[in-house]
Amino acid sequence: MAAIAGQKSLLTWAVNISVVIMVVAWLIPTVGLLVSSFRTTDQISQSGWWDAAFPVEKAFRDRIPGDGETQADGKYVLTGDLLTNGQNAADLKSGTVIKAFGTSGIKPDKYKAGETADLGDGGTLVVNKDGSYTATSATSFEGNGPRVYFVADMPPAFTLSNYKEVLFSDGMGQAFINTLTVTIPATIIPILVAAFAAYALAWMEFPGRGLLIAAVVGLLVVPLQLALVPLLRLHQEVGIGQSFLGIWLAHTGFGLPLAIYLLRNYMVGLPRDIIEGAKVDGATDFQIFMKIVLPLSFPALASFAIFQFLWVWNDLLVAKVFLPANDGSKVMTVKIADDLLGSRGGDWGILAAAAFVSIAVPLLVFFSMQRYLVRGLLAGSVKGG
Amino acid sequence: MSPILQGLITIVLGVGGCVTYFYLSNLVLDKVIFPPKGRDPGRNINRANMVRPWLFLLPAILALGTYLAYPVVGSFWRSLFNRDGSQFIGLGNYEKLAGDDTFRQAVMNNFLWVLFVPALATFFGLMAAQLTDRLKWGNFAKSLIFMPMAISFVGASLIWKFVYANNPTIGLINAVRDYFHLMPVDPLQIPFWNNFFLMVILIWIQTGFAMVILSGALRGIPEETVEAAVLDGANAFQLFFKIKVPQIMSTIVVVWTTITILVLKVFDIVYATTGGNFGTQILPSYMMQYMFRDDGRATAVAFVIMIIVLPVMIWNIIQARKETR
Repeated sequence: MAAIAGQKSLLTWAVNISVVIMVVAWLIPTVGLLVSSFRTTDQISQSGWWDAAFPVEKAFRDRIPGDGETQADGKYVLTGDLLTNGQNAADLKSGTVIKAFGTSGIKPDKYKAGETADLGDGGTLVVNKDGSYTATSATSFEGNGPRVYFVADMPPAFTLSNYKEVLFSDGMGQAFINTLTVTIPATIIPILVAAFAAYALAWMEFPGRGLLIAAVVGLLVVPLQLALVPLLRLHQEVGIGQSFLGIWLAHTGFGLPLAIYLLRNYMVGLPRDIIEGAKVDGATDFQIFMKIVLPLSFPALASFAIFQFLWVWNDLLVAKVFLPANDGSKVMTVKIADDLLGSRGGDWGILAAAAFVSIAVPLLVFFSMQRYLVRGLLAGSVKGG
Repeated sequence: MSPILQGLITIVLGVGGCVTYFYLSNLVLDKVIFPPKGRDPGRNINRANMVRPWLFLLPAILALGTYLAYPVVGSFWRSLFNRDGSQFIGLGNYEKLAGDDTFRQAVMNNFLWVLFVPALATFFGLMAAQLTDRLKWGNFAKSLIFMPMAISFVGASLIWKFVYANNPTIGLINAVRDYFHLMPVDPLQIPFWNNFFLMVILIWIQTGFAMVILSGALRGIPEETVEAAVLDGANAFQLFFKIKVPQIMSTIVVVWTTITILVLKVFDIVYATTGGNFGTQILPSYMMQYMFRDDGRATAVAFVIMIIVLPVMIWNIIQARKETR
């Protein structure tokens, strides 16, 4: 028995480790994007995001200011602080630690911090970790302090500047609002239309019902590509053209098969007694639908709403075709794919921030409503792209 | 008018309009057309109930007809005309496609996508579902693997552009190569293999979907079959491959076909990463190249996609008919 128990725990270990590996592998790309979005372009090009939490070593050059020399023990002395008063003060944040320094650019890390460097002619220079320095010389500096090179550990730094730039000067703010404007009506409107149809297909007897259900199932997989050209022309002929109204209608149409399918599958499973009881009591179909079926179907309505929300929010194809191509009505996916990837292709910090702005809301919806999403999937939803 | 305001008005009009339509049409049917009184109230009620389903269905049928059924015919018809739609050229667009190298490459690449993406996504999804099944933190792990489902294809492409970046301080792949003192490469420009690097993105997204559905199926396996196998001395692998997998085979097929359909529609990934260059064109992105420029050819490509999807559609309908009967 002992051997079997040992085998069991070994297997458990193997399972745990493989799941950890898989989760990490699935998570790493997103984490990389998130971390990069908080780093400046400089930092991104200097070290990988996986090093972002560690200090970055960087070399600096400075000249010790020559004025304000004092005399002690027959020597001329300059003191001060390289971190707060030096030429690089703007780049050196608090927490920076000087590791080494030197007196020539060839070997900027010749002396460790705190050691005494020989400046020649009896002169010395000491630079401490905290940036304070003491330079001495047998003769007056005459306003010319010595050159100094030093290597400092820059503490990890994160910035919101990418987000500021993306939202306020690159037009992602407007695109965000546009996405929201497209998404919300396109999520709400199909629900009611589909719910009525689903009720009829689930609880009403009429000839041709089976055929209609089959048609819905078939339309579920019609490639969207097919709809683009004829519908755009139709929209232009009836005067809608490329507009928000057009994209709401299009998303409503494209979302309907899934909505009807999901809702019908759910409604069919509702207890027959309740509905027939209500009919016996004299309720009309309209009342049964509004007062009994609709409230009871809330979980299915919620799952479809989440699907449709994610799908519309993340859509690129329909937005590219049915919305005008001007800057004022671009949604985020179009903005990223057409504008930022082209013009800002090398600006990784900006790209990362833009991507994260566009995926933040879906992630929020996803994690807060995952239960409904899973339930919807298990109800046999088959839709994508 | 600002789009936001327009949106709010549309919501109110849309929802309000729907409710009003359904309410009023039912009212008219019951009170005006077939009122339950007069000489034969029973017959009137029956007749009203014959019409009512169609009242409930009408808006949906109109929308489905306009936005999904009509385009199938409309696209095919349009694909028989030339670039600006002024001249009927029969199957000319299809002939042009057959003679185009890029199209043939797109078909070839699409074939690779259809071969590998559904297989690998289903495989990883099955592994994840099985491995997390009895784990204490299984649900947490699942929700992390599932997360890419919420991310747009564009967002996912950007995420992976970071992984694939040429610069070893940005791209993980080149960072690893750098560690072994290899020259940095651009994975998206390696001929042939770049297709697979793009597929990784879709596999990454779809594994979660496969996992969730297969996990549900695994939970539904009757406990007795598993127990009986354990008593007969089956080890963990035999249990999984010989007892569990055969029982969830139908779900595996559903997942597989669903992802296959998706693969034939996704143009975003290729569009946002390589733009179809470096030999990575697939049918949906090839179509977008001609969209707005040569609608005849664009619709011809769309119809080719439709023909590829058709067998799955028919199979789905047959399955659905079986279930509703």
